[in-house]
Amino acid sequence: MTVDTSQTMSLAGSEHGVRKPRSAWDRARRNRNLMLGLGLFALLVLIAIAAPLLAPFDPFALDYGNTLQPPSLAHLFGTDHLGRDIFSRVLFGARIDLRVGIISVISPFIIGMVLGSLAGFYGGWADTYIMRLVDVVQAFPFLILVIAIVAVRGPGLQNMYIAVALVAWIVYARLVRGEILVEKNKEYVQAARAIGSTDWRIMRRHLLPNVITTSVVYAMADIALYILLAAALSFLGLGAKPPTPEWGVMITEGRQYITTAWWISALPGLAIVLTGIILSLIGDGLADFLRPERR
Amino acid sequence: MGRGQYILRRLVQMIPVLLGITVIVFFLIRAIPGDPAIAMLGERATEPALERMRHAMGLDKPLYVQYAYFMRDLAKLDLGKSTRYGVPVTEILFTRLRVSLFVVVYTTVLTTLLSLPLGILAALKKDSLFDNIVRSAMMVTLVMPSFWVGIMFIILFSVKLGIFPVSGYGTGFLGHLHHLFLPSLTISLTIAPILIRALRNSILEVMNQDYVKTARAKGLAEQSVMTVHVLRNALIPAVTLLGISIGGLMGGTVITEKVFALPGAGALLIDSITARDYAMLQAGTLVFACLVILVNLATDIIYSFLDPRVRF
Repeated sequence: MTVDTSQTMSLAGSEHGVRKPRSAWDRARRNRNLMLGLGLFALLVLIAIAAPLLAPFDPFALDYGNTLQPPSLAHLFGTDHLGRDIFSRVLFGARIDLRVGIISVISPFIIGMVLGSLAGFYGGWADTYIMRLVDVVQAFPFLILVIAIVAVRGPGLQNMYIAVALVAWIVYARLVRGEILVEKNKEYVQAARAIGSTDWRIMRRHLLPNVITTSVVYAMADIALYILLAAALSFLGLGAKPPTPEWGVMITEGRQYITTAWWISALPGLAIVLTGIILSLIGDGLADFLRPERR
Repeated sequence: MGRGQYILRRLVQMIPVLLGITVIVFFLIRAIPGDPAIAMLGERATEPALERMRHAMGLDKPLYVQYAYFMRDLAKLDLGKSTRYGVPVTEILFTRLRVSLFVVVYTTVLTTLLSLPLGILAALKKDSLFDNIVRSAMMVTLVMPSFWVGIMFIILFSVKLGIFPVSGYGTGFLGHLHHLFLPSLTISLTIAPILIRALRNSILEVMNQDYVKTARAKGLAEQSVMTVHVLRNALIPAVTLLGISIGGLMGGTVITEKVFALPGAGALLIDSITARDYAMLQAGTLVFACLVILVNLATDIIYSFLDPRVRF
C-alpha cells in the first residue's frame, strides 16, 4: 500500500497543530488595536497633509461679522472671537501638533539609546556617572524642569524640543540599560564575542535590535505625551504663540469665552484626545505584537 | 541590616542627588542669555546695584567659587530677593506652598478613592462590560490635556450647574475642600488611570499565585481569600506607583493652579517666568524638586513597612 505523503503532511500542518510560523504581517493583521491605530494614524497624517485642500476656510482669515458663531453647517466647529473657522484651524493644527510630537520624541530617543547602551554594556564608571545623572534629572518633576529650561531659554516650540531632549532621554536610557544588562550575558552575545566581533558590532548588530522594541513602544506613547506637553506649554504662554493654529493655543484662546462659546476650547481639545487615543492604540498594539509572550 | 540602617542609607544616597539638583538649578539661572545680575534684579536696576549683585553672586569669580557662594546662601535658606515683590523669595514661596500641598494631599485622597474600587472591581470582573468600560475610560482620560479637562469642568460644574466655584482657594477647611475639589479631581484623572491599570494587573497576577489557590483549596471563604491574601499583596505595587505619581503630580499642580486661578506655588512659578523674577523661578524649581525627592523617600520607606520581603 502506498501512502500519499503529501496529503499526510498537509493534514499534519493544518489540523494537528504543527502550524507554520506566521509571518510578521499575518500576526500584525490579527492585532486589532495595532491595525485600527495604524489605519487611523494614516488617516490623521493624510488629513494633516491635505489640510489646505480639506479646510473650508483660511485658518488665519478674520471675519468680524461672524464672531463666536456656534457649530453649524456653514462652520462645522463654529467660529472664534475673531470669526476664524475653528474646523479649518483644527485641521491645520494637526500639521503642527503631529510634527511637534514626532520631532520631540526623536532626540530623547537617540540620546537615551546611546547613553543607556554605554551604561549597560560597559558598566563601571560609565554606568555610575550616567545613572547618577539619570537620578538627578529624574528627581525633578518633568514638567517643572521643562518649564524652567524653556523659561530661561525663552518661549517657543524650538526651546521646548531642547528642553525635552535634555530631560526625557532618561526614560530611554533606563529602559535600554536594563535590557542590555540582561541580554549581554546571553549565549548569542558570548558567541559573537568568541568569533571576534568588536564591541561596536555586538551592540549594533546583536544587542540593539533585541532591546530596541520596548523603547519603540514607549516612543509611540510619548508622541501623545509631547502633544499634551506642547499644548500645556502653549497654555502657560511658553509654547506656540497665537495666531498659530496649534491645538493648545486654540484651547487657551477660547478660555475667556467659556461661558458663552464653549466650542472654541472644547473641540480642539477633542482633537488632542482623539490623537492621543490613536497613538495609545498603536502603542498597546505594538506592545502585544513585539512581545507576544507578554500578552 | 535593619530598617533604621536602611532609612539611614537612603538618606545618605539622597545627598549626591540633592547636590546634583543644586548644580542644575545653579546653572539654570546662568543659562539665561545676558547678564545674570540684570536677570536677578530686573531691567531697571541701577549700575551700582548691579555691581553689588555681581559681586554678591560672585560673577567676577570662577564658577566653583560662585557655586560655593550659592551653596552658602542656600544653607542659610537665603534664596534671594524677589524682583517682583521686593521681599525674600522664601517668604512668599512657603506661604503659597500651603495651597499647593493642600491640592497634592487632596488629589492623593481622591485618586485613592477613585482607583481602589475601580481597580478591584475591574480585576474581579475581568473582561466583563464593566471592565471594558473602565479600561476604555482610562485610555481616554490618560490622553486628556489636564488644563482642557479643568476648563471643561469649569464650563460644566461651575458655569452650567453652578455646583463648584470657578476659581479661588476658599476660606476655612471646608471652604478649601469645596474650592479645591475640581482642581484636585482634574489632576486625579491624569493619575488614576495608571493606578487602576496597575492595581487591576497586580490583582490578576496575585490571584494566579499558588498560595491563593491553596487558600481556596483549604476551603477559605472567598472574602477572606480576597482581603487577607489577594489585596494585601496586590496593593504593594500600587502604593509604590501612587508615591511615584505624587512626585509627577507636583508638575500637574502648576497647570491646574493656573486654570483655577489658585494662589499656589505652581502658579507663582509660572508668573515668575512672565515677570522675569528669576530668583523666584530658581527657588521654586529647587523647592519642587526637593519635595519630589522627599515623597520618593517616603514611598521607599512606606514600601519597606508594607512588604516584609524587601531586602534592606
